[in-house]
Amino acid sequence: MFKAVVTINFKKSILDPQGNAVYKALKSLGYESVRDVRIGKHIEVNLDVETKEKAEAELKEMCDKLLANPVIEDYYIEVSEVEA
Amino acid sequence: MRFGVVVFPGSNCDADCYHVVDQVMGHPVTYLWHGDKDLKNVDCIILPGGFSYGDYLRTGAIARFSPIMDKVVEFGEKGGFILGICNGFQILTETGLLPGALIRNPSLRFICKDSYLRVEQNETPFTGKYQSKQVIKVPIAHGEGSYVADKETLEKMEKAGQIVFRYSTSQGEITQEANPNGSARNIAGIINEKGNILGMMPHPERCAEAILGGEDGKLLFESLINWWQGGKA
Repeated sequence: MFKAVVTINFKKSILDPQGNAVYKALKSLGYESVRDVRIGKHIEVNLDVETKEKAEAELKEMCDKLLANPVIEDYYIEVSEVEA
Repeated sequence: MRFGVVVFPGSNCDADCYHVVDQVMGHPVTYLWHGDKDLKNVDCIILPGGFSYGDYLRTGAIARFSPIMDKVVEFGEKGGFILGICNGFQILTETGLLPGALIRNPSLRFICKDSYLRVEQNETPFTGKYQSKQVIKVPIAHGEGSYVADKETLEKMEKAGQIVFRYSTSQGEITQEANPNGSARNIAGIINEKGNILGMMPHPERCAEAILGGEDGKLLFESLINWWQGGKA
């Protein structure tokens, strides 16, 4: 059994309205050091496949098809083996 | 001209679209269930507004994989007319039938109000009855209507005349203040290259009768039916 964690964020070129609102809120709380805030998605998927490579390949396909929108988002996949 | 209105779980403007085609335009219309694969031989498909699949993941992302959508995409690629309104526009960008994407309004607010649009392109089957640069009043109601696309795509659409509606002032000026949702280049509605698939965030079906405060949206339906009848003659 493998567990994949997918992190999805807006591409750098896309304005992130939620990140921007949180950025302003942090500033107003006095956190002067904050330079940028981006809010993305965190998706966990458990897969019953033989190998890590297979898990990564399947996840990539899932991201391209459904989990992320390549027009506006980038994704990052991290796969680890877990006990069934 | 036969119309079909797709009903997804969470659609909430399906009955309005049905009503306009049936009662205002007097043309045959049928509902198309998201779980079916039969387009019932319609000539135009309307993807209505609403919150299909609760807007989970991204707006339109899950609706795009409904059983009926494979047929809708096929229909559109063959040149069939598709009108995507609000959530329907979001679904069309998710399918790739229209370029770009719609993201959260920069204000983070759900905006529900009348908006002024300037008709940028009246040489389409959907807009032939409008005057070029005519200003129309059409309501918007969305939280995620900010249109984005990369610069190359935007330039290509400008050149090809694919930008059909832009948010404007009541005088037809394209300004930052008139842009309710931060859309790139004030874009409110676009059409595909072939000219058979239109997506727009504003709701023409909500302003197709005087009793509802305006009839500017009716011309869109009239244009399409007129085009269809002319094409057949």
